[in-house]
Amino acid sequence: MQVQVKLFAFFREGRFKEEGRELADNTMVGQVVDDLGIDREEVGVLMINSRHCQFETVLQQNDILAIFPVIGGG
Amino acid sequence: MPEKIFRVNMTDLSTSIEAVPDNWSGLGGRGLTSTIVAAEVPPTCHPLGPNNKLIFAPGLLSGTAAANSGRISCGAKSPLTGTIKEANAGGTSAQIMAKMGCKALIIEGQPQGDSWYSLRLTPEGASIEKEEKLIGKGNFAVVEAIGQRLSESVGLMSIGQAGEMQMAAANISVKDPDGHLRSCGRGGLGAVMGSKKIKFISLDAAGGKVEIADMEKFRAANKTFAKALVDHPVSQALGTYGTNVLVNIINEAGGLPTRNFSKGQFDGHEQISGETMHDLIVERGGKPKHNCHKGCVINCSQIYNDSAGNFKTSGFEYESIWAMGADCAVDNLDKIAEMDHILDDIGMDSIETAVTFGVAMEGGMLKFGDSDEMIRILKDEVAQGTPLGRIIGSGAGNVGKIYGVTRVPVVKNQAIPAYDPRAIKGIGITYATSTQGADHTMGYTIATEILSVGGKADPLSKEGQVELSRNLQIATAAIDSTGMCLFIAFAALDNATCLPALIDMINARFGINLTGADVTNLGMNILKTEHNFNLAAGFTNKDDRLPEFFALEPIPPHNAVWDFSGEEIDTFWNF
Ligand code: SF4
Repeated sequence: MQVQVKLFAFFREGRFKEEGRELADNTMVGQVVDDLGIDREEVGVLMINSRHCQFETVLQQNDILAIFPVIGGG
Repeated sequence: MPEKIFRVNMTDLSTSIEAVPDNWSGLGGRGLTSTIVAAEVPPTCHPLGPNNKLIFAPGLLSGTAAANSGRISCGAKSPLTGTIKEANAGGTSAQIMAKMGCKALIIEGQPQGDSWYSLRLTPEGASIEKEEKLIGKGNFAVVEAIGQRLSESVGLMSIGQAGEMQMAAANISVKDPDGHLRSCGRGGLGAVMGSKKIKFISLDAAGGKVEIADMEKFRAANKTFAKALVDHPVSQALGTYGTNVLVNIINEAGGLPTRNFSKGQFDGHEQISGETMHDLIVERGGKPKHNCHKGCVINCSQIYNDSAGNFKTSGFEYESIWAMGADCAVDNLDKIAEMDHILDDIGMDSIETAVTFGVAMEGGMLKFGDSDEMIRILKDEVAQGTPLGRIIGSGAGNVGKIYGVTRVPVVKNQAIPAYDPRAIKGIGITYATSTQGADHTMGYTIATEILSVGGKADPLSKEGQVELSRNLQIATAAIDSTGMCLFIAFAALDNATCLPALIDMINARFGINLTGADVTNLGMNILKTEHNFNLAAGFTNKDDRLPEFFALEPIPPHNAVWDFSGEEIDTFWNF
């Protein structure tokens, strides 16, 4: 299945901003994070289609997955 | 040296020094300004008349070596909202004021006639001087002139043309260590200073120092505290991308108010994002990291240069960039920086002014995205005080009325900041119930709802939001009294050593024994004091509501509406 992956802040360094990925059915979010070489400890927020999700959430065809480090502001 | 209250009476141009009353001695920052306003300002007075008072107070830890403790609080009855108001800023003034032993400066009365004045604060007290040369000038001209007249190292708080003209969006600028500006931004406090005919206040501690009751304990606590701040990943991200790191995540969450709050996502988000800003700053030889006062270990400020590599602006914040950017449909960071600089110079709140432009665009005064016209209006109309300029300077609520617009994002007449309350509901409770009109900093539920710091809450669900906002508003009122920058809150929410260390520092500074419960009580008392002032000024629970359009117009992409009932909102005050 096809999933769009977006990265933010320093997760973009040496990787990409946005990329389409071909994934096996039932792939979980955490697997995508691991495959990108991102340390799970550094992940602050995960969203699928603008809703928060978890490492265990199973991706669906055409999902947009956004991966953010721990960030804040105000 | 023992702490004192400096009082300045602008009616008879007299000054005095008073002992600190016992019931004020444990207070600082917002706790003190709000207590003094509540004690001395008649709630129904005209905010720009002789009965309003303008209060400045450094925080409890300001002037010490405590990390991030250099915030100055400014309080009065607000000409924008009619409520009590406290706005705080960094810069060097809080530290200098604390070092000269001044616990609070109270400015009261109003001079007759057209003369303008300045105040000079030293350990000997306040003095009033006539000012002619700098009247009509912007803040940067004031900084430069005072640097030459006195010295580069004096503290300085000033108003620009907007404050002189008593515009409801006028702010008070506070000089930072490099001669750039921070602002007590919200609620039109610059207009109150203008109504007292004070163009600027200079501060010189003349070598004074803050006394610490138990230095050893203080040092140890500060070490733990600073480590908690430095170690927290949010602090590190703030130092790299500034607060503007939020554009992309709030956009992704569908809560970035766009085109005057008609959408929750902005097509141009990437162009105005913290990531893009960081790369531009580095490319142009600016500084991604900068602090607004000595002792800050987070460094969320920055030096943003123009394409020729010359200084353009600093303290370039998410709120400002969102407001002039997404809300006005402007996707050019350089134009936004240009406006940010002009707003600093004429002394206007970037949130109120830009949200006003969004409403004006909706009403047809100018086109969405027309940043050149925004710049022209700021320079040729607002700074010159033309009728159109004064209309823009009067805030979003007024412009909505003048143009017959129904989508006017204000609460208690103050512009709603950078998070749409339909898509991020907890922050809507903060906007509705804050004692000061719409203000995200009063109870920053975004940390929990979006950023997953200090727990999690579903931003599209109503569950738990009233309680979340209440707890954060109580904690924030207490933090705003310490002189701490609010960005310590991320570490405080996540790291169990952070808050106890902060309380230890306060105890070591004053030789007292506050507990965590005392601090919570302090926060509650401040909120109640402020709330009671507002009730006495004529506000009711019916004012704790969001504008109707939030319930009527679903916001894409979530197509969510604001669905809290009045009764649900009112439970906020059950404490
Ligand atoms: S984190 Fe930012 S606002 Fe806070 S003290 Fe440092 S520079 Fe100032």
